[in-house]
Amino acid sequence: MIYRECGQFKTSYGSDQAIFPIPQDRWGVMLALLIAFMVIPAIANEYWLGVILTPFLILALAALGLNILTGYCGQLSLGSAAFMAVGAFAAYNFELRLPGIPLLLDFVLAGLVAAGVGIIFGIPSLRIKGFYLAVATLAAQFFIEWSLTKFGWFSNYSSSGVITAQKMVILGYDFDTPLRKYLLVLSIVSVLALMAKNLVRSETGRAWMAVRDMDVAAEVIGIRIMKTKLMAFAVSSFYCGVAGALWAFAYLGTVDAQTFDLHRSFQILFMIIVGGMGSILGSFIGAAFIVLMPIFINLSAHALFGNAIRPDLLSNMELIVFGGLIIFFLIVEPLGLARLWQIAKEKLRLWPFPH
Amino acid sequence: MSFFFEVLIGGLLAGVMYSLVALGFVLIFKASGVLNFAQGSMVLFAALTFVSLTERGINFWLALLATLAIMVVLAILTERIVLRPLVNQPAITLFMATIGLSFLLEGLAQGLWGSQPHGLNLGIPDDVLVIGDMFISTFDLYAAGIAAVLVGALAVFFNKTRVGRALRAVADDHQAALAVGIPLKHIWAIVWAVAGFVALVAGLLWGARQGVQFALTLVALKALPVLILGGFTSVPGAIVGGLIIGASEKLAEVYIGPYVGGGIENWFPYMLALMFLLIRPEGLFGEVHIDRV
Repeated sequence: MIYRECGQFKTSYGSDQAIFPIPQDRWGVMLALLIAFMVIPAIANEYWLGVILTPFLILALAALGLNILTGYCGQLSLGSAAFMAVGAFAAYNFELRLPGIPLLLDFVLAGLVAAGVGIIFGIPSLRIKGFYLAVATLAAQFFIEWSLTKFGWFSNYSSSGVITAQKMVILGYDFDTPLRKYLLVLSIVSVLALMAKNLVRSETGRAWMAVRDMDVAAEVIGIRIMKTKLMAFAVSSFYCGVAGALWAFAYLGTVDAQTFDLHRSFQILFMIIVGGMGSILGSFIGAAFIVLMPIFINLSAHALFGNAIRPDLLSNMELIVFGGLIIFFLIVEPLGLARLWQIAKEKLRLWPFPH
Repeated sequence: MSFFFEVLIGGLLAGVMYSLVALGFVLIFKASGVLNFAQGSMVLFAALTFVSLTERGINFWLALLATLAIMVVLAILTERIVLRPLVNQPAITLFMATIGLSFLLEGLAQGLWGSQPHGLNLGIPDDVLVIGDMFISTFDLYAAGIAAVLVGALAVFFNKTRVGRALRAVADDHQAALAVGIPLKHIWAIVWAVAGFVALVAGLLWGARQGVQFALTLVALKALPVLILGGFTSVPGAIVGGLIIGASEKLAEVYIGPYVGGGIENWFPYMLALMFLLIRPEGLFGEVHIDRV
């Protein structure tokens, strides 16, 4: 009833090929953006903005990057956190060595550096596939982590290998409070998400999906495998790199290479699998799930047992519940939470007269 | 020159320990096509259970049997609860499920037995053996011996017994195996139980070497380059891969390490495996995969 495209006639190619061809979707996205930009800043406190929403948005951006590579192009990667690290350190070094560089340009350059590194580590994908490639991307993870720690130049010879992100100033406007940081991150993530949404339905995106579904067949119909795969690695690393720069500049402030360890890579992988592979929306749902779940488990454990529970037992319980939930979700809906939303939409089209 | 051989032999012996962990991966990958990321957690779980049982005053062999029984129950439960509902799902879903399983196992092991590190003494002497002017640890020799026996036993099990042949049939083709009447469910439970046994042995040897603690799960990360070098589906590949990785890692640390600031042990095996894969994408002994459209 509410969600029905019946009677909406497309009268031009333009309206037929719009990103959100159905008005309900368009309004839904507008509404979500409106809530994110206007309502949340009005009602959320600093804790929510700084500790939950900002990291959620940044990790969603990284998940989006991995989703482009793994969900759309089918190349399993366990090194996404390493590309975040490249982005963070590159952004820091550009600010340091080119004083006065505009902040947004700095982030774009950081993303481009990450994209370059991504292409280098994407070269093996031309020869190897599947789990072999997944393990090979671990090489990127360990090598980048090691070199950022080992070579002092990257962290400006700081003795502990820790970098302190510079202030974020755009045109003299200082992004220093959690609210301002949140709005900056939200703007960047919104623009990049919109770009990704457009990209995956372009020629490039279709080529990615053809390669994902069967690369030999894709090659036979004339898709250039090398260009397509390396493009996916580059775009994916660009998104991860920007996410890493934001993680350093807008969230933590001080980071070292260990901030982006293997654990973080897995966290991002969880997000896209729980949220839904090959879905932009899924990246956001997955990130929300993974960021909020530990907080939720923690709160409910405290509500259930009070303070009687030992902290180490609590952290182990968190592991158990987390692992159990991942298995549960995979069994119930292997295609991820975004698929549930799709099913809901199908149902809504017929509701309330399903016959 | 004898220094070179000392490093080489130390590396080869360490490599045997890597193969031991890699073997667990290979067993499960062969039979079900799943890269079992929980192998490292199984190593921790088995070692921690064993240590905690012996610390409560239970006899060594009894504790070994009890731990083995627990690993078998775990294997059956895994097959029932995790794998059976996920039959016919893409490989990445199964891989993901094993990551979930590894979280579960880590939480379970440390929740049950506490997360403080334990020492483990297997009664194997850890002396220094002097051959010529080289120093070799006897513990490493014993560990290599145990690993060799285990590999031999597994080879006999796979090639000579009825169950072993059924396992190989399943590895070749699930559907064909089902068609000739091999019960797939039982086979999977058996494979996971055998992998649990391998995890137990690996856990004991590694635990005796570096203490039973959370870092034991990281051993799995050492086994991954061994796997891609040797090929996911080959038992001999796991052995030879382990030896190559172990030896080259130690040699690289000693001879290349000083020029780049050391600490290259973490990533060198991966890079080596990667270089190798560029030449032979299916690993040393892996099955050559032919794509059909």
